[in-house]
Amino acid sequence: MSIRDSKRSASTTLSTPAATYTSEKERTLGSYLVQSLSRSSVTAIAVLIGCLWSIPTLGLFISSFRPASLIASTGWWTGLVPPWTFTIENYQQVLLAQGMGQAFLNSLIIAIPGTIFPILIAAFAAYAFAWMKFPGRDWIFFSIVALMIVPLQITLVPILTMFTMIGLTGQYAAVWLAHTAFGLPFAIYLLRNFFASLPSDLMESARIDGAGYMRIFWTIIMPLSLPALASLAIFQFMWVWNDLLVALIFLGGNPEHAPMTLAVADLVNSFGSNYQVLTAAAFVSMALPLIVFFSLQRYFVRGILAGSVKG
Amino acid sequence: MAVIAVQKTSASPHGRQRNISWLAWVWVGPALVLELVFFIYPVLNTLWLSFFNKTSTSYVGLRNYQRIFTDPSLLEVLRNNLIWLVLATVLTVGLGLLVAVLVDRVKIERVIKSALFLPMAVSFVGASVIWRFVFVYQPPGQPQIGLLNAILGFFGIGPQVWLLDPRFNTLAMIAVYVWMMTGFSMVILSAALKSIPDEILEAAKMDGAGRFTIFWRIMVPMISATLTVVTITMVINILKIFDIVYVMTGGNYHSSVVGVEFYNQLFIFGNYGQASALAVLLMIAIIPVMYFNIRQIRQQEKIR
Repeated sequence: MSIRDSKRSASTTLSTPAATYTSEKERTLGSYLVQSLSRSSVTAIAVLIGCLWSIPTLGLFISSFRPASLIASTGWWTGLVPPWTFTIENYQQVLLAQGMGQAFLNSLIIAIPGTIFPILIAAFAAYAFAWMKFPGRDWIFFSIVALMIVPLQITLVPILTMFTMIGLTGQYAAVWLAHTAFGLPFAIYLLRNFFASLPSDLMESARIDGAGYMRIFWTIIMPLSLPALASLAIFQFMWVWNDLLVALIFLGGNPEHAPMTLAVADLVNSFGSNYQVLTAAAFVSMALPLIVFFSLQRYFVRGILAGSVKG
Repeated sequence: MAVIAVQKTSASPHGRQRNISWLAWVWVGPALVLELVFFIYPVLNTLWLSFFNKTSTSYVGLRNYQRIFTDPSLLEVLRNNLIWLVLATVLTVGLGLLVAVLVDRVKIERVIKSALFLPMAVSFVGASVIWRFVFVYQPPGQPQIGLLNAILGFFGIGPQVWLLDPRFNTLAMIAVYVWMMTGFSMVILSAALKSIPDEILEAAKMDGAGRFTIFWRIMVPMISATLTVVTITMVINILKIFDIVYVMTGGNYHSSVVGVEFYNQLFIFGNYGQASALAVLLMIAIIPVMYFNIRQIRQQEKIR
């Protein structure tokens, strides 16, 4: 409510000087005062929202360093005032005793091929969609793009039956295949649009020099598309790393191959009130995506924009 | 000129054209096979299974669908999905737009954007653990370790069981979703706002337009295409919502949604027919949205 009020007051004060100024001097002084005032109030609101958004994460972060007895008896904010009692015991316990080390490894084993396979296959297809002519090309492209919106749930029963029949359930390969197939529509959409925007004379002159499709693809298309490939890779990696549903259904029966999300979800279910384990485990599972996010934020944002806004 | 000439020669000979066409299928092949096996076949198969009983042994017609719209517990699931759809969409898009406008041209824009954007890097599972420390409940009299109940206590209001109380749990989980996804819509809308030419905004200010007029009469109409895309994306994601509800309540305490009910029907009750019918229902709900989305993409194609 306060947000709206202060915003309204800011808007009314801003509109007055432009409408009622009398002398040049008065206007600049007045508008300067009003502008700095409204700007600071807008900044204050923005800071408030930023804080509001950060508090939950901060709470978990602080909790994960507090001893078990304190987590369960006092709020995390009490840990901010002295006497400080922080410990790394929770992390030690999680990494050594709860099998989180293995789960972290599993997440990597799942996420790395789960990122490379779909991007490679999508790049092949996107190249054909952008630069080759064949009957039904646009029609097929739009059908694949339309698949972006199919709810995964609808596909899971038949795929599970199929995987069970050929003995793939519980294997890494099952999730690799599933993530590859599920990641393709968005990847093809993004890459086709990027490939199509590359200058055509580059490819024509390469063809005159006798280069085949393979050579053009590897020596011209792929190197020129690195920014698009990077943002797509970040996206797909985050998606696979953070996925619960696919892992739950295709790996649910095999705890040895369970990724972090599945392991943490199990902890939530079985250790509901064992907070010290939960806090540290959750943070370990977030560590890698957060590092990726902070180091490659630019590409991440670019990927989002490419997927939804034209240009 | 040389380029144009080359393009013409490479496209005209018929033998070469056929050759290219054959090769193209090799490049598209792997993707096409995967999509057929993992999307087209499963969708058709699920549609088929939804007309059969629990174990897919006998045909039951539309009974699975009939149950969705008559069984009180399943009707409740539909109601929850509708609440999700309306509230979560309005809040993520609305807040995203508000923040994008507020933060525009503020000095610390990047810091604030990062703060809002960070939850997107967190998994739904991680988010649900984070929010446990906001919603957690201790009996009255004991010190509250959950932020929300501690704040209530500060104002002298008794603690609430946020995630178990059917009055609050869906709203609580929507709050988590909004926390996660507002950054997404903010980033896109902010980019769209920045593409509005400064001259237009300046001209409006010169004419004495206030902030609200500028916002409603200039900014919103000029980014309406982007607003549509963001809203469509949100609607699609929210219809399919699964992870948050699965981890935070498991669909218990009257908080289930279609995605979770599907999972429960399949793996807890072993009811393939009912699970498939729920999945088909999701698909049908998404078709109109899909239509808009394809139209949008086609329009973009025309512009390009």
